[in-house]
Amino acid sequence: MWLNILQGTIEQGLVFSLLAMGVYLPFRILDFPDLTVEGSFPLGASVAAVLIIHGVNPFLATFIAFLAGILAGMTTGIINTKLKISGLLAGILTMTSLYSINLRIMGRANIPLLRETTILTVIKAWGFPERYLSLIIFTLIVLLVKFLLDYFLYTEIGMALRATGDSPVMIESLGGNTDHLKILGLGLANGLVALSGALTCQYQGFTDVGMGIGMIVVGLASVIIGEVVVRTSKIVFATLGVIVGSVIYRLAIAIALQLGFAPTDLKIVTAVLVILALGAPSLRKFMIQDEFAERLMERGVSDAQTK
Amino acid sequence: MVPEGDFITIIGSNGAGKSTLLNLIAGTFFPEAGTVEINGKDVTHWPVYKRAPLVGRVFQDPLQGTAAEMTIEENLSLAVKRGQRRGLRLGLDKNRRAEFMRLLSLLELGLEKRLDCPVKLLSGGQRQALTLLMATIGQPQLLLLDEYTAALDPKTAQQIMAITDRIVKEHQLTVLMVTHDLKQALAMGKRTIMMDRGEIILDLKGKEREKITVNDLLAKFAAKSGRELTDDRILLHG
Repeated sequence: MWLNILQGTIEQGLVFSLLAMGVYLPFRILDFPDLTVEGSFPLGASVAAVLIIHGVNPFLATFIAFLAGILAGMTTGIINTKLKISGLLAGILTMTSLYSINLRIMGRANIPLLRETTILTVIKAWGFPERYLSLIIFTLIVLLVKFLLDYFLYTEIGMALRATGDSPVMIESLGGNTDHLKILGLGLANGLVALSGALTCQYQGFTDVGMGIGMIVVGLASVIIGEVVVRTSKIVFATLGVIVGSVIYRLAIAIALQLGFAPTDLKIVTAVLVILALGAPSLRKFMIQDEFAERLMERGVSDAQTK
Repeated sequence: MVPEGDFITIIGSNGAGKSTLLNLIAGTFFPEAGTVEINGKDVTHWPVYKRAPLVGRVFQDPLQGTAAEMTIEENLSLAVKRGQRRGLRLGLDKNRRAEFMRLLSLLELGLEKRLDCPVKLLSGGQRQALTLLMATIGQPQLLLLDEYTAALDPKTAQQIMAITDRIVKEHQLTVLMVTHDLKQALAMGKRTIMMDRGEIILDLKGKEREKITVNDLLAKFAAKSGRELTDDRILLHG
């Protein structure tokens, strides 16, 4: 029983780690607070679900969902860079539009995928042991995506992308078009988020138009937990940290549920976690201020004595 | 009009238009009137990134010219592709690393042993030296130095100036340098111009420039503009 819960939790953590990578990329690499995620996650799920119930190959459906996410992210990037609307608002505008678009795509608020041909059922039919099917498939997909993302961030164009978030003035003076780099980065990030959505709907067996709510905070929580576990800015370890962070986050949620928290309270629990983690430096400063002042006073006194 | 291979230092009081001039050339702002031409090309309305193959720049703030979270070698690899298409090739390989080590060793700061060190761990002087190197990789036509030693202590500033001299001579670069240090303005380069209210009021070169002192410069400024040379940051060196 416990083992089942643990395995299920890890599987969820893996699927959501793709979302977390899609949050890590804009927030940490591009320095862009991208809220498109809340719309591109259900976008990926609805595109994949609709294609699957119309009999499209589930691998192709998942790939098309990925492309749809890229388009969504690029839209936010274009609104931000070409129309000069702030990044935060650009993301909100795309996210809001996506709500209507997702409903149009699905035609209703909810699509069940039970008895449909998904990636998981196809691979099961190849003779894979069902017990560990999802765990193994998701591990492979996540590792593949991680290595591709790592590689990309070390290519010439990937490095220019990192510099765009780090020092935009510098990369422009070296010939990098920061507008195009931002659009590219946001596209890629939301592609990963949509991929996460597409896998989630096949894993849980349904798509719901509201499944994107709170996803940005979930992604952020995973990124932050990952940074606590893996303390380095080196890309290969940072992306590993994001995956580990996502799994730990799911474990924490599972424990909270076992402790008797209502599922509906989990969003505020997550939000408070993120506030505490992000606010920790300021909180610490606030709390140790007196102590620090005392120490300074002491040192001042001892300095005066030695003189 | 700046002839090829010239090294011009630019001085003037606050608001004289020194930095505006550099920003117009770099493409940070576009002019309301007039044109900017580099190497016979009209670049007046080119954005900054499009001018990159023509213009290298070192900024006043050491934090602006380099990416802090990225390593020394990664920063340099960004400069190698100055103004070229960036592709899906890895940014670093054996050949590039070897080339970076050679270039860094010329700075004589020991940075060639710290290729994989994040730039945020370097001092301001080291970062300016690295930016200078990055600004001259890929052979831009024109190097812009914008008060690039202002944030450094005098000793480090001296060191950076010596490195600048060496690199400029080696590549025979054309340079425009804005400075608040009158002594530096006379010590470096081949020609000095003084600006006031957007106009060039003095243009010194050759023999005349060799003889002039910092005090002469101040006197000339007062005579030309009818005011004292005022600048809260100006350095006179007593």
